[in-house]
Amino acid sequence: MRRRRAAGGAGVGAEFVRPVGPPPGGHGAWAWPLTALLATVAAGFAFGLWTRGWWALLAVSFVCVVLLAQELEPRLPMRWRGAFQRGLALGFPLALLLVWEALAGSGILNPRWFPPPSRIAAALWELTATYDRFNRTTLLGRPWLAPGAFAESGWAGLAALARESHVGATLGRVLGGFAIGAVPGVLLGMVMGLNRTVRMMLDATMSAIYVLPKIAIFPILMLVFPNPFGEGPKVAVVAISAFFLVAISTMAGVQGIDRVYLEAGRNFGASRAQMLRHVILPGALPIVFSGLRLALGTALIVIVAVEFVRADRGVGFLIYYYWQVLVTPRMYAALVVVMLLGVGLTALLQWVERLVMPWRRG
Amino acid sequence: MGASGPAARYARADMVAKIVARGAEKRFPTRRGIVVALRDFDAEIAEGEFVCLVGPSGCGKSTFLRILAGLDHATGGEVRIEPGADPRQPLANVVFQEYAVFPWKTVLHNVAFGLEMRGVARAEREATARRWIDKVALTRFADLYPAQLSGGMKQRVSIARALANDPQVLLMDEPLGALDAQTRAVLQEELTRLWEETRKTVLYVTHSIDEAVFLGDRVVVMTAHPGTVKTVIDVDLPRPRDLGVMATPAFAALTGAVWDALRDEVRRAMEEQP
Repeated sequence: MRRRRAAGGAGVGAEFVRPVGPPPGGHGAWAWPLTALLATVAAGFAFGLWTRGWWALLAVSFVCVVLLAQELEPRLPMRWRGAFQRGLALGFPLALLLVWEALAGSGILNPRWFPPPSRIAAALWELTATYDRFNRTTLLGRPWLAPGAFAESGWAGLAALARESHVGATLGRVLGGFAIGAVPGVLLGMVMGLNRTVRMMLDATMSAIYVLPKIAIFPILMLVFPNPFGEGPKVAVVAISAFFLVAISTMAGVQGIDRVYLEAGRNFGASRAQMLRHVILPGALPIVFSGLRLALGTALIVIVAVEFVRADRGVGFLIYYYWQVLVTPRMYAALVVVMLLGVGLTALLQWVERLVMPWRRG
Repeated sequence: MGASGPAARYARADMVAKIVARGAEKRFPTRRGIVVALRDFDAEIAEGEFVCLVGPSGCGKSTFLRILAGLDHATGGEVRIEPGADPRQPLANVVFQEYAVFPWKTVLHNVAFGLEMRGVARAEREATARRWIDKVALTRFADLYPAQLSGGMKQRVSIARALANDPQVLLMDEPLGALDAQTRAVLQEELTRLWEETRKTVLYVTHSIDEAVFLGDRVVVMTAHPGTVKTVIDVDLPRPRDLGVMATPAFAALTGAVWDALRDEVRRAMEEQP
């Protein structure tokens, strides 16, 4: 009431007061989407629509939930809004998993191709906890056997033990290839950014190779290495894909440094080496890191594809193997592992980023 | 402005030349032909003098400053800074218009930058840097990064960085141009205070006539491009100055004189640049 009067009591004033007054649809607006949602679900059961038209029912339900959430949010006290938004972010994937579970459990989705999430979780646990006698591998490895293996056959025993881990194999290829490719990539990118002649000579070639899908050169790499089925070509393909991405983004980063910083460096008498260390390197770092992030994602894609084709260990191998032997829950479990690897590696890179670029924190 | 009797133009009769430009010329080759930024540019600035350079946009005042800073070369004539007694003392440092403080260095490391480049030991350069940080009232912010500072504070860092390096000549290229009017006024007062303490030779490029008269011992007015010296106006306002001086008739007379010299040049510059 007081707010109305403050607006001058004029009819037009009420319009401007609206954001703090009752919500746009009036006080009962949240009831409509809720009713619609319940009606949709109930109608699905009543008329047996779930079996045939489950996707349409889900789409309608999704819209109803969105409307409902939009109506509810402005009604909440400020201090609950953050929790509400986090709830939406977490609630959606949770709801997705529940719906999937229900659809697969009731046979609407074929559980052979779309096993319910609970089966996938169980398969993930099986993969983690058991030793695969046929492939002679485990998902994570068995480091607790290390002392025994070392006592029995020394370093060779340790190496054999390390080789039995799928995650270890994939991680080793990704990180090894990433390091081998990214470091020279940064160096060449720096040279290309600083030296016009080198840039002129290499830019077109680099851009052409950059767009080439790196899996396409895997056969050549298998020819180049003495052991085509060993780790060499796999690490190399990751290294090459990281190298070009990182080189190109480093070049862009160096070129993108604001002239005024270079002039400040020169005016304060920085030598070439000091210029590189105090101005050019830190100035290019943000773009270098966005290149590294891209390269890391690409590395994971490339390694999984390579492990499909030619590997007897690795998470990509697991996916393909369990597809071939038709144990789909384990195939999905391996997909989950790939996702976790991606999330973990990205988090690691972000941590490094915060470490080397403290000025970009917060 | 001929070369005759330059000493008579200094603020005080006992001053000796520090910056000398004779017939300086700067041509830029561009795609549409050669652009002449400076022509027949004569100027002398004495040791310990604060000289402001004003002129219409594009008249080459920043070009002259860049030549002095060693970031550019004159294509003709002569521009030089008379070296001081100590050969290790840097000739000229710049306070740039866009601050140009390094975002990846803390305030302390930014201010110590010039000393670090010259190989001054860590403890010594950080002590010097802290002294200058205190003088520009950033003591509490020494360990912050520029992104955490306001525009006015960033420009204080930039000023402290140049002064901490103790150059023979301080070059300022519209250092307060990007700031809001109030911050600008505060920094103008701080600048006069700092200058009265250090008595460095300063060349100060600005768009603002008020600023030029408030800060300078002399105001050099440039013509529209190609830039030459149109006239030099002595500012005989007493020091130390504060912003109150802007309300005096003497100040008004001086800004009026600068504007009289500048008006036609600004018109010409506007007509030349569509």
